[in-house]
Amino acid sequence: MNIPDDLKFAETHEWIRVNGDIGTVGITDHAQAELTDIVFAEPPKIGGRVSAKDAVAVVESVKAASDIYTPVSGEVVEANEALSDNPSVINTDPYGAGWIFRIRIADPSELDGLQDAAAYRAQIGK
Amino acid sequence: MSCRTPLYNRHVSGGARMVDFAGWEMPVQYTGILDEHRTVRESCGIFDISHMGEFLVRGGDASKWLDSLLTNNVAALEVGSAQYSLMLNDRGGIIDDLILYRTAAQEFLLIVNAAKIDEDFAWLQEHRDSAPFHHDDSGVLEVANFSEKYSALAVQGPHSPEIFSKVFSFAWTDRRNHIVEFDDATGARMSHAADSGIRSFIATTGYTGELGFEILIPARESERYWDLLLASGAKPCGLGSRDTLRLEMCYPLNGSDLSPERTPLEAGLGAFVDFGKGCFVGREVLLEQKTKGVQSKLSAIRVQEKCPPIRPHYTVLAGGQKVAETTSGALSPSLGCGIALAYLPFPLAKPGQDLEIEVRGRQYRACVVKKPFYKPRS
Repeated sequence: MNIPDDLKFAETHEWIRVNGDIGTVGITDHAQAELTDIVFAEPPKIGGRVSAKDAVAVVESVKAASDIYTPVSGEVVEANEALSDNPSVINTDPYGAGWIFRIRIADPSELDGLQDAAAYRAQIGK
Repeated sequence: MSCRTPLYNRHVSGGARMVDFAGWEMPVQYTGILDEHRTVRESCGIFDISHMGEFLVRGGDASKWLDSLLTNNVAALEVGSAQYSLMLNDRGGIIDDLILYRTAAQEFLLIVNAAKIDEDFAWLQEHRDSAPFHHDDSGVLEVANFSEKYSALAVQGPHSPEIFSKVFSFAWTDRRNHIVEFDDATGARMSHAADSGIRSFIATTGYTGELGFEILIPARESERYWDLLLASGAKPCGLGSRDTLRLEMCYPLNGSDLSPERTPLEAGLGAFVDFGKGCFVGREVLLEQKTKGVQSKLSAIRVQEKCPPIRPHYTVLAGGQKVAETTSGALSPSLGCGIALAYLPFPLAKPGQDLEIEVRGRQYRACVVKKPFYKPRS
């Protein structure tokens, strides 16, 4: 199970990669494996202001729809357009091409409330 | 406490993801639903369907008795053949849909849905006691539930004949809905073995639309046949792909598309109702419906634009007005578009009718299409 050390993780299985005041968000390798074949992704609307733990996006496998929660508050600045034609990239490259949206982080202190790789690994028991 | 089929350990050791289905711990997928769906459409997959129920009906005038309880024409079914049929309540509603195999002149095997085994069997027993066909020269009418003694495997896909020939020592038949008895010890064909114990059958039936066969074997033989068929090239598949495969064929799923509140005519299953054969439970209600016309009809709906997977209970609209809810739905793996079944008001239940399906507040353009959604190549 791939759990990169340079990311922060939410209990709801999202990751965030921070670069300045922009965070890139996706779902973890564990989450994509649990969801199985992802056949549809609905990223958030650009420009939307969201609060930490809001359901902002949806990914759907053949069997089920799952909400994606933003790990931090802020403004959605970019959505991964490529997911529209190829949502399965979330399965094959969850930490890379399978990213879901980018957010301008409103309150960097919220990042401190997220888990590091070791804590997330412990959460999922891997 | 949920039930396990005799292949439970094979599923777990084979890496299947297990889920609860109708009180059974069943594999929903092995490698993935899309991969397994493709396997069945292009090569060959194998499903454990041991959760389904098996009843044996024989003796007396079994044929006449079953004709009084099922919609299709039992008397017209040849020995060695299978037919799809429906068991109705007094209101013409569907208790269960089943496959009936005629294994001898007055001997029938019924394969029923897992969730309905007890209810179906109780219904049959209740009607057996009041049957005027109890005895005749061939003896007493016997109705037995062998569900726990039988294991059932479905091998489905265009490569099924090759896999068949690796395991069995008799010739594959191109005839669909055909059933023969075989010797599970040798894999050889046999005719009407000694009546003692559970006999094994192989039938060219299935729930995917593809070429294939289903085998009925004693539970103790199931692991051996599972291993044999896997070694012969069949890939293990779970109930997830079984559902997308059947939906592409518009085969209804009892509990979702069929219910005691819906008749076969409403479900678009009129082809499996024989009004000419004489009386059967539910016939009067169906006859009245046939004369007056049905109010609603189970229809195939195809989404006309890129959309999320359609799921049961999504709202179906016509011109902005809610007209129905989906009973089944999926993103068709073979066609790449949203597909669904729904009971539409009769005037809308015509191919070409424009509709919308609502997903999370957004409406997607859809259209009623002719059944099935997909035509198999094999």
